[in-house]
Amino acid sequence: MPIVAIPALMRNLTDGEERITIQGDTIREVIDNLEKRYPGTKEKLIDGDRIRPGIGVYIDGVIARVGMHERVDSDAELYFLPAISGGQKYGT
Amino acid sequence: MSEKKDYKVIGTRPIRHDGVDKVTGRAIYGADFQITGLLHGRVLRSPHAHANIVSIDTTRAEALPGVKGVVTAQDLPTAEDKMADLGEGAVNLKYLCDNIFASDKALYKGHAIAAVAATNPHIAEEACTLIDVEYEVLPPVLEVREAMEQDAPILHENLRTSSLGETSDEPSNVASHIQFKKGDIDKGFADADVVIDREFVTGTVHQGYIEPHNATAHYNQDGHLTVWCSTQGAFTVREQLAEILQYPISKIKVVPLEIGGGFGGKINVYIKPVAALLAKKTGKPVKVLMNRADVFEGTGPTPASYITVKMGVKNDGKITAAQTGMYFEAGAYPGSPVGAGAMCIFAPYNIENVLIDGYDIVVNKPKTAPYRAPGATNAAFGSETVIDELAETLDIDPLEMRLMNGAKEGDHRSDGPVYPRIGFIETLEAAKEHPHYGSENGKKHHGRGIASGFWFNIGLESSVTISVNPDGTVNLVEGSTDIGGTRASIAMQAAEVLGIPAESVNPTVVDTNSIGYTAVTGGSRTTYATGYAAYEAAQDVVKQMIGRAAKLWDADESNVQFADGEFSSINGKEEQISFRDLSSRLGETGGPVVGRATMNPAGAGGAFATHVVDVTVDEDTGKVEILRYTATQDAGKAIHPSYVEGQIQGGVVQGIGWALNEEYIYNDEGTMTNASFLDYRMPTCLDLPMIDTIIVEVPNPGHPYGVRGVGEVPIVPPPAAIANAIYDAIGIRMTELPMSPDRLLKAMGKI
Repeated sequence: MPIVAIPALMRNLTDGEERITIQGDTIREVIDNLEKRYPGTKEKLIDGDRIRPGIGVYIDGVIARVGMHERVDSDAELYFLPAISGGQKYGT
Repeated sequence: MSEKKDYKVIGTRPIRHDGVDKVTGRAIYGADFQITGLLHGRVLRSPHAHANIVSIDTTRAEALPGVKGVVTAQDLPTAEDKMADLGEGAVNLKYLCDNIFASDKALYKGHAIAAVAATNPHIAEEACTLIDVEYEVLPPVLEVREAMEQDAPILHENLRTSSLGETSDEPSNVASHIQFKKGDIDKGFADADVVIDREFVTGTVHQGYIEPHNATAHYNQDGHLTVWCSTQGAFTVREQLAEILQYPISKIKVVPLEIGGGFGGKINVYIKPVAALLAKKTGKPVKVLMNRADVFEGTGPTPASYITVKMGVKNDGKITAAQTGMYFEAGAYPGSPVGAGAMCIFAPYNIENVLIDGYDIVVNKPKTAPYRAPGATNAAFGSETVIDELAETLDIDPLEMRLMNGAKEGDHRSDGPVYPRIGFIETLEAAKEHPHYGSENGKKHHGRGIASGFWFNIGLESSVTISVNPDGTVNLVEGSTDIGGTRASIAMQAAEVLGIPAESVNPTVVDTNSIGYTAVTGGSRTTYATGYAAYEAAQDVVKQMIGRAAKLWDADESNVQFADGEFSSINGKEEQISFRDLSSRLGETGGPVVGRATMNPAGAGGAFATHVVDVTVDEDTGKVEILRYTATQDAGKAIHPSYVEGQIQGGVVQGIGWALNEEYIYNDEGTMTNASFLDYRMPTCLDLPMIDTIIVEVPNPGHPYGVRGVGEVPIVPPPAAIANAIYDAIGIRMTELPMSPDRLLKAMGKI
């Protein structure tokens, strides 16, 4: 199953767990299943039906490009990090 | 080094396609642009760094003969305090609009207040002096540590500190806090034999592009808006205009003209919406140009910062722990590059225990903008200086120390993700093997320093079409502003696929109505991502041309192959035709051939650099002279080596300026006192030796030719490398940028 690295400032929601093995074939499924186990995590990561502005999802070291639809391999490692774009944008 | 392949075009050095136009002065830049009935716009800017705007009266300006229109924030659609989607990312719409025209508060000296359109620039300028603005002047806050104090002036009463979705209760100048945590930081320091803890300060620095911002806007009578401008990304300008003006994106066309430098500073818009507002108000096309003071005071520099770095190391040189607090000024509105800096600061090293805290802090300075590897240069100044001190303490060669701890494929970056194939170790080895590093450097007050750096590089969207001409040449249409020779580096990738010379590709950068979405020329992405799109579009051409050859020979497509610019039949009757000859027979085989590709590639591959510098320090004047500079960098595969070398040299020179001279100097009222190129001292060729470049090629598995972006990482190591060289020369650790003569003299106890 995929492994999600929990951002440091979210670990209060995961009982301090840093890495969590969780079921899911897409980013959406991984986040939904994370929410079931650790309520409150989903709203930190998504806004409406999209990954929160300013957050980038790395899957096995590669930035995800199609948001919530991105496929996740069964042995993938996911990180939620500040998004890096062609230019830093306004707002946080 | 690279896996050698037998390329015909890749790796050669053809003359750039836009070279003749540029060296003969024929290339059209924004200031050159002319259109019938053109009016000239001028912006009135705040004389105060922090002030409430009580009232604005434009009556006297509007009455001046020749004035055709005056606009203020009142002419902007009401901006909501909400996030707006700009394709590449979201922005706070109110902040975006308020930075175009201050609505209720002026938040920095130079903040735009109003603008005038007149029949000539002089009348427009005079009219600005006739706009009556009543201010209630407030105390400014100009430095991040002061901005965090309990009683600091608050810039935005509604701003709360955001920390991954959590927000604070009280108003604050700290817009956000991020954190990366890996391993057990306390254990890491407990395991260390030597721990060094230092503080660093860096100044506010401008990108220093030669060409000031410019924009000409015109509303057609059918409501279509056209903007001609200098920009790193026509599509992002279109998106920003649509949001700021609340205007349909389909009715906006942005035409990118040639660009006289950007370095990240020509992504955000400033006067483009102003030109559009004036054009709408007057019904005429309006051109707005900035002067140099406008550029310094009214556009985004890269942030000043305060950074703490603590690192622990075993006696054998193995780093056991690294911790940092990074406090970046965002300028007047949230959005500094502290996130990127935090992800880069320890990225070159494989460190088990890491704790990184980053803070984005608003101050009364222009809203910061990207500048070559945003945040990474500030970061490396701290980390690479501490690593040098650790190496010296342990009597280990600083290059060996980096080799011992350097990140490799399969290691995890300090912020988490695993590294694919990377070339950091190879840049260190190249530096070690270079004659520079082995040369003598023992003279009095001469010193040598090294430092390394990392930048992510990015992919993002690019579109390319290629149409085949009857003479065997092709027209390549792209949406990436040409910076640093990207027409050539993109065209060369198509030429390699098609088996034709680079000169047989005619690359053209077009407007937003004429090509698919293309993200900015930034993030070191253009040769990688748009080049990748050119590669795929050329493959599409080849596929279609195979079909034409099959038709010509009455053969099955599967029996036609293409190699070295020749199509041939591989089954039955021997047939052969060159790309050129087949191009002349498209009409009889089905009509024109146009290849197309859109890309959003994920595998940009990170870039690493290691620099070696020799300096001498004049003990009497404090002046630091660069004697010799060698920069090694992993380019993945250098498509056009001359332009890779140019990018490395340009980045190094800007880094040297950042290290030794460049900074915004403010008085207590928050006014920049050196807003000209006479007083804001950038290095010139007279200040510098030849920058020696060593291109290392560790192919990026995420690109068909192995390309990695090259434009940004060369600016990362210079300040730290020079600080380390200064220490080697005079035995003093410099921890504040720029390391200007007065700071050197103070550090030496001379003043």
